Amino acid sequence: MTRMFAIVEREMRKFFRSPALMMVSMMLPLVQLVVLGNAFGGKIRNAKIGVVDYDHGSQALKIHEAFQSIAVNIRTFTTVDYDNEQQAREDVRTGKIDGAVIIPSQYSRRVLADDSPAIGLVVDNTDQTMSGALEQEMQSLVDALNAPQIQPLVVQSIALKIVELYPYVEYMKYLLSGSVALAMYVAVMIGGGMLYIDDKARGIHEGFLVTPITRLELVLGLNLAGTIKAVLSGITLALIGSLAAGLGVIFHPMIALQLFALIVATSVAFNGMMFLMMVRVEDPLVPRAMFGVLNTLLFFPSGAISPISGFPKWLKAIAICDPFTYAVHGLKAIFLKDGGWVAIRFDLAFLFGFGIVTLLVATPLFKRTL
Amino acid sequence: MTAALKDQAETAAFPPGTIIGVDNIVKRYGDFEAVKGVSFNVGDGEIFGLLGPNGAGKSTLIRMLTTLIPVTAGRAVVAGHDVSKESDAVRRAIGVIPQAMTSDIDLTVEENLTIYAKLYEVPKAHREKNIAELLEAVDLTKWRKAQTKTLSGGMRRRLEIARGLVHGPQIFFLDEPTTGLDPVSRVAVWEMLNRLKERRKLTILITTHYMDEADRLCDRIAIVDHGKLVALDTPLALKATVPGSSVVEVQFEREDAEWQSKLEQLPGVTSVESHANGLYRVLSANGSQTTTQLVELAAREGQVIKGLSVQNTTLDDVFVYYTGRQLRDEQVKAHGFVMPQRPGMQP
Ligand SMILES: Nc1ncnc2c1ncn2[C@@H]1O[C@H](COP(=O)(O)OP(=O)(O)O)[C@@H](O)[C@H]1O
Ligand SMILES: [Mg+2]
Repeated sequence: MTRMFAIVEREMRKFFRSPALMMVSMMLPLVQLVVLGNAFGGKIRNAKIGVVDYDHGSQALKIHEAFQSIAVNIRTFTTVDYDNEQQAREDVRTGKIDGAVIIPSQYSRRVLADDSPAIGLVVDNTDQTMSGALEQEMQSLVDALNAPQIQPLVVQSIALKIVELYPYVEYMKYLLSGSVALAMYVAVMIGGGMLYIDDKARGIHEGFLVTPITRLELVLGLNLAGTIKAVLSGITLALIGSLAAGLGVIFHPMIALQLFALIVATSVAFNGMMFLMMVRVEDPLVPRAMFGVLNTLLFFPSGAISPISGFPKWLKAIAICDPFTYAVHGLKAIFLKDGGWVAIRFDLAFLFGFGIVTLLVATPLFKRTL
Repeated sequence: MTAALKDQAETAAFPPGTIIGVDNIVKRYGDFEAVKGVSFNVGDGEIFGLLGPNGAGKSTLIRMLTTLIPVTAGRAVVAGHDVSKESDAVRRAIGVIPQAMTSDIDLTVEENLTIYAKLYEVPKAHREKNIAELLEAVDLTKWRKAQTKTLSGGMRRRLEIARGLVHGPQIFFLDEPTTGLDPVSRVAVWEMLNRLKERRKLTILITTHYMDEADRLCDRIAIVDHGKLVALDTPLALKATVPGSSVVEVQFEREDAEWQSKLEQLPGVTSVESHANGLYRVLSANGSQTTTQLVELAAREGQVIKGLSVQNTTLDDVFVYYTGRQLRDEQVKAHGFVMPQRPGMQP
């Protein structure tokens, strides 16, 4: 035990003495969180909407007023008046304006008669972000105007597909789970894998191997240290990320406890996986080369960025054995759904099981000699 | 069988007093034989040197004796334990300084020692006292709290020497401890090892490719070349085995054709080479006698000696004698990737 903890002590002293490692392991997930969070979730601003009014009645005026107030307040779009629908459609097609609203004649009368009134929305659905945002905006506007039906008209013959777009902060919340898992992955990869192989190549292990330390003590010491580093990274990113995304749930003691358990389980799983892959590696270039490939192979299929249900079969197969998947699923349950222990039970079991199995396979492969 | 009896059985094949017994040991890497059946015994309290050029197989040999790599064939017994069968007992009895600098540059001097004391399970009560004593012995007390990366190469080596002794081993293995150090640091390391040996009753096995190091430090030297042991004796005895144990170089003011034959008739002379400008190189089995007679002869004949030098045979000559080659760095093929030291370190 003393000997195992001596290994842990060495690793941790080194870790805290070079904060660069901690920073670096936090960098990629944070940059990804902020950039992806904004790139995919950004609010549309200052779009141009053409308005074709064939009605000119009192209800049409209400729509004009609502548009005015949007233009002044939230500034999603400003409006340009058109006399005919043909011209407006043409301008949407050529990109002069981002969309057009058609208020048909008889609109006011139908509203007052409650005779299923409808306004038309012309959008360019090749830009799904824009069209989706406009549809959403228009829908909520129409809802506010006492719910006349919206009738999407499409410029091009491509079927209209409505994309679920999370508003800015929501998308960051969605991404946060992936980022926390990624922070742990990077910590394990750099703090565990790379440093381990570098130490080996520098002969540091030669020094350990002439002492009476046993194979198991050495393996457990190295892995315990790797796990602790990953846990610290995970906790730090969960904190920073929650603050950035405006998530308060982690401050509930029970949820914090669930989060901690899941972070520990994830660290154990990642660490076991990494150790199994690195146990026979000698060349310090190998972990560096594997870093990027593994990142893509394990992170993207995990459902961190987009839902697994949309994947083709082979990608789903990867997702099923990928510890990232369970980490992300569990973290989402904690961050977004508050599902309690029941919701993360399976994830915890899988991650701990995965970590233990990989370590059991790796230990006999570990060479006690040079 | 009791432990003591078993120890006896292990060492039975070796002469009494043997603390490291090596019997026809072989190490093969695939088809390549790095160590080709080497045997020697080291007595208790000796400083034993393995001398040989790069790639001779010194590290391979020391790694087998320190349980770092499996033995292909043959047998080695260290401190009464077979290195293959009782690795753990061997590890407890020995301290090892590998060839590469393996102290942790991010840790302080003291932390480096503490971690190893824990790896050797030195009881807490002894730990601090041991470490303080060792720091004093290697002259690093002042640098206890310094990060290792700020130390010079010589200081790092001294730290590693202290590290190898934290658990009070009987036998100390050092693989090229002074390679890459400046001459002053090298001498400091030699003195330190001599002092430590006396005070701690150590047996030391050291490898080196420096002649002067082997000569000054070791009680006995084994010359290793191409994985084989080519000679083994005390430095003095080794030098005496080389015929013509001194080289006398003399230069006369006036050139004279007769000198060649006159020099050859001096006592002890085995050969005379004539060079330009009245310079002669005389090999002699008895340097001092030859020199005295030479000076007397010159005085009698009224000749003026412009220059005179006498050198004893060195281990270099011994090496050339046994291997037919100069002892110099030979190219060694690298095995796997060698990690460069981190930048920003002291040289
Ligand atoms: N792991 C290895 N695999 C194959 N050959 C090796 C290995 N290690 C050393 N050698 C070879 O064994 C020979 C002896 O090496 P080594 O013991 O390091 O020499 P020395 O320490 O005397 O310089 C060299 O030719 C070297 O190339
Ligand atoms: Mg060597």
